[in-house]
Amino acid sequence: MTAQRSPELSARRPAVVIGVGNEFRRDDGAGLVVLGSLRDQAPPGVTMIAADGEPARLVEAWAGAPLAIVVDAVRARPPSPGAVHRFVVDRPGTSMARPASSHGLGLDDAIALAVALDRMPERLIVYAIEAADLSQGPGLTGAVTAALGGVVSAVLADLAGARAPRR
Amino acid sequence: MTHRNERVLAVSELTRVEGEGALYVRVSGSTVAEARLDIYEPPRFFEAFLRGRGYTEPPDITARICGICPVAYQMSACAAIEDACGVTVDEPVAALRRLLYCGEWIESHALHIYLLHAPDFLGYRSGIEMAASRRDVVERGLAMKKAGNTIMEAIGGRAIHPVNVRVGGFYRAPARAELTALSEQLRRALGQALDTVTWVAGFEFPDHDVDADLLALSRPGTYAIERGTVTARSGLSFPASGWDGQVIEEQVPHSTALHAHLAGGGRYLTGPLARYSLSSRWLSPLARQAAQAAGLGPDCRNPFRSIVVRAVETVYALEEALRLIAAYEPPGRPAVDVRPRAAIGYGVTEAPRGTLYHRYQIAADSTIVSARIVPPTSQNQAAIEADLRAFVQARLDLSDEELTRQCEQAIRNYDPCISCSAHFLDLTMDKS
Repeated sequence: MTAQRSPELSARRPAVVIGVGNEFRRDDGAGLVVLGSLRDQAPPGVTMIAADGEPARLVEAWAGAPLAIVVDAVRARPPSPGAVHRFVVDRPGTSMARPASSHGLGLDDAIALAVALDRMPERLIVYAIEAADLSQGPGLTGAVTAALGGVVSAVLADLAGARAPRR
Repeated sequence: MTHRNERVLAVSELTRVEGEGALYVRVSGSTVAEARLDIYEPPRFFEAFLRGRGYTEPPDITARICGICPVAYQMSACAAIEDACGVTVDEPVAALRRLLYCGEWIESHALHIYLLHAPDFLGYRSGIEMAASRRDVVERGLAMKKAGNTIMEAIGGRAIHPVNVRVGGFYRAPARAELTALSEQLRRALGQALDTVTWVAGFEFPDHDVDADLLALSRPGTYAIERGTVTARSGLSFPASGWDGQVIEEQVPHSTALHAHLAGGGRYLTGPLARYSLSSRWLSPLARQAAQAAGLGPDCRNPFRSIVVRAVETVYALEEALRLIAAYEPPGRPAVDVRPRAAIGYGVTEAPRGTLYHRYQIAADSTIVSARIVPPTSQNQAAIEADLRAFVQARLDLSDEELTRQCEQAIRNYDPCISCSAHFLDLTMDKS
């Protein structure tokens, strides 16, 4: 119990994992597939949320969490489909690749909004998976599918690290 | 950039528009010859994807078309399939659907008013910039949005892509206590919505009326949302089954997208302006008072004032939600049995952005033979383009930068939707 060192910690929300995407936009569904795999493997108490990337919903999903992990597809130029980028966002104004979600507003907007409203999680980790195909239709490309196992393992390691007592 | 004979304005990404597409404006001499809004139409993909699927699947599948208005897709899909199967849902189930729909209106309108539209009027580049300097205001908008979310979670099972909706009704009807628990939050949100009407009514609106017919569902005695008769301001009125004969979609030479117009009539607009102009008399007394205090008459054709109409509709949706919750008793059965039959069915409901039409043909083996989905933004496309032509024509003396900014605002007036019509909007202006 960490209450002795940090009394407010016990009242906080648990860690949250947010899969962002649209399962009918091919590789944009990567975040949701990762979320699906994590549901059976994540430690108890972790909140799992599927999201479409709308910033206010993301802010609401992660506000007050000690750790929020977001998994989303990104469009990168030049592309390297299946490449995974891990960002730890721990300060305002941190720039990052623009997510590929099928919205005019994206994850970077959600972070900026959360900073403006003082609703960032204590720690935000973003896994950005480079997409190959964002056209309409279900199913991921091979390059992105091959990358997902590594993302699942990495997220589990992040969650395990967050649970370990801090020294 | 500007050359001697050619003027090109390009915006690589139009922010605060939900969707993807492109706007191209061509000016010949001193006349705007063309304003073309190319919108992306996932519904066409879904129409093909639905063929061969089971007759109970469209509500779940089409809800994925749009993260902002999944309930609209579910409700139009259910209405069409139930129509095909000759089923009418029980009144308590219909009331619960209306309550769920109110949640979506509240959420969608609060998002558009606060994060997408208001910044244009106040000189902020984005809702985020506005949040940094007017945190109290944005917090108010997000609190209203959250109130809408809670309705969707309580009835739909979750806010995004609700999982509790099925053909015939719901998988599970919430207990009375689950809904009454929302009342306090909704009453707070109602106060915030009234403050919102006052706030947006103080914005400055250019004199600018849209030149198009207005089309929405209407249902005497109530502000139509989840059912009603398709009605145009010009007097045309028809049931959902008459849609294909009355709404004509056709290819136009300058655009790759289909343009909708009324048979025997011209372009038309769906959405808040149309709903308000057709049904303002059926708003609740409080919403009507708020509208009058905000300077709205019995109808409104100025797309810039759509932000006021959305605020008034939010007041109405919150009041209506509170009324429905106060009267709620769990239905005797959460869903009626819907047996498949070989038939065609039609469904029309009012998505936050406008009228949403679904038609399904079901085969004797219970699979979908064909599907047709006509979302509000594609119906509005011809009216938006005509409006932009007039809008740009009156502002050709503006700098490239200012004209581009104002065009973006003019497009945002219509709240074009995320995935159901338009994503990253490229704006190109060609002046020669």
